[in-house]
Amino acid sequence: MSDETAWQPSSIELGRRAVRRSRGMRSILIGLGSTLLFAAIVWITVVNTPGWSAVQKAFFDPETFVESIPLVAKGFLLNLRVLGYSVVSVAILGMLLAFLRTLRGPVFFPLRALATGYTDLFRGTPLIIVLYLVGFGIPALQGRTGSVIPAEILGTIAITLTYSAYVSEVLRAGIESVHPSQRLAARSLGLSHAQSMRIVLIPQAIRRVTPALMNDFVSMQKDVGLISVLGAVDAVRAAQIIKAQSFNFTPYVVAGLLFVLLAIPTIRFTDWYTARLRAREQAGSIV
Amino acid sequence: MSEVLRLEGIRKSYGVTPVLRGIDLTVNRHEVIAVIGASGSGKSTLLRTINLLETIDDGQIWLADAAGTLEDISDPRAKADAIRARIGFVFQHLNLFPHLSVLDNVTISTRHVQRIRRQVAEARGLELLDRVGLADKAREFPDRLSGGQQQRVAIARAIATDPELLLLDEITSALDPQLVGEVLDLVRQLKSEGTTIVMATHEMAFARDVADHVVFLDNGVVGEQGPPTEIFTAPRTSRAREFLGRFLA
Repeated sequence: MSDETAWQPSSIELGRRAVRRSRGMRSILIGLGSTLLFAAIVWITVVNTPGWSAVQKAFFDPETFVESIPLVAKGFLLNLRVLGYSVVSVAILGMLLAFLRTLRGPVFFPLRALATGYTDLFRGTPLIIVLYLVGFGIPALQGRTGSVIPAEILGTIAITLTYSAYVSEVLRAGIESVHPSQRLAARSLGLSHAQSMRIVLIPQAIRRVTPALMNDFVSMQKDVGLISVLGAVDAVRAAQIIKAQSFNFTPYVVAGLLFVLLAIPTIRFTDWYTARLRAREQAGSIV
Repeated sequence: MSEVLRLEGIRKSYGVTPVLRGIDLTVNRHEVIAVIGASGSGKSTLLRTINLLETIDDGQIWLADAAGTLEDISDPRAKADAIRARIGFVFQHLNLFPHLSVLDNVTISTRHVQRIRRQVAEARGLELLDRVGLADKAREFPDRLSGGQQQRVAIARAIATDPELLLLDEITSALDPQLVGEVLDLVRQLKSEGTTIVMATHEMAFARDVADHVVFLDNGVVGEQGPPTEIFTAPRTSRAREFLGRFLA
């Protein structure tokens, strides 16, 4: 350790550091310059199109923008609630489906077949059709007697049905990508099939498919906007209402911005999280 | 000497390829058995059938319980998971669980199969790691360890439940030559502590030094067996002489 404290970088190393610093500086400047140039070209091109002033007024009207924020944001809270419920129910149902599809042996044939049929059906059906079927079909089952089921519950059911099918396929692919020797090692220690899954295979699988799962999550964040077809006043519906009154499309831009703002942290978080897991489990390298 | 394991007429084929064609073997307590033979002679398959990782086509496998009574573990009604926890198994390829720390790897069977409380299991896990000389690596993840260290953790994991029998499947074959020694030293130490071991191995010098009994597998049958002094100096069969040719010379 005393060697470490006494050590001073050699002149060669100092030279190398200076070269790296100046190169780093230069790439930042080039990057900045090219980005500004690109932005300027796009801006000038768009602004000089013949219809720009009309488009600007219809889609980017500052006054309507500010005015529509409260109502659209209030509707967005409904989207967030549906998203919150759906994340939980999709995680549970998706995991269950993935697990059912890994079961072996003839006893489990009906369960496996059911899970396979389910994923085939709901990955194939457009979400908007599932929304209509659930949103208007389930209330119809009650006849005239039942109480009204809130649109957020119906929306959650429809989104769960569709997204759990996707998520279960991602999870299953993850489970199957873990080397079979891991399963053998787990079983050789006396763990049951379910324990091997829970303790050994699924944690490794989830790490591998985190980017794919987060991709589905981002996709789900937007698709909760589709619950507006059920008549609930969510962000999209609120925007629609304001548009109908003001004859201006700016509220849609507001709603769109809210969805983007919601997605960006998720995307950044995923990148950070996967990088951290990799760093912890593997000795790192710079390339 | 009490019997720990008895194999009677074990047969196993993969499709139409016969791998084991009637194996009989008896293992007594505190004994170290070395299974030798060419690649493809059925050594790994034999160990896997004992640990119930493969089903057999015929024959019987008897394993002693805590009281020393032999139980037929090849009976499909036997509780396979509980039996596997009574047999330690170390694989040729390093297959620790990469997402779990060294200590979690070592305590997985005591915590989840034997259902021992976490603190107790971890205290015992640390003792085990100390025995294999890796107590300071308890919180590390397997990928940060050398191959030899990983294999020593795998051995610690396999003996965590105090199994009646330890199966070692060519545990040094995937290691760099300079790492083989530390793993073999650990096996020597286990033998001196009285562990009952069946090991498939290509390390002939090691088998000669450590094994009490050597089994030469040839094409799915026991070609020859006996004490190492006999097998390694004066094999009776021509097949064994041929296989051991380079080593004997």
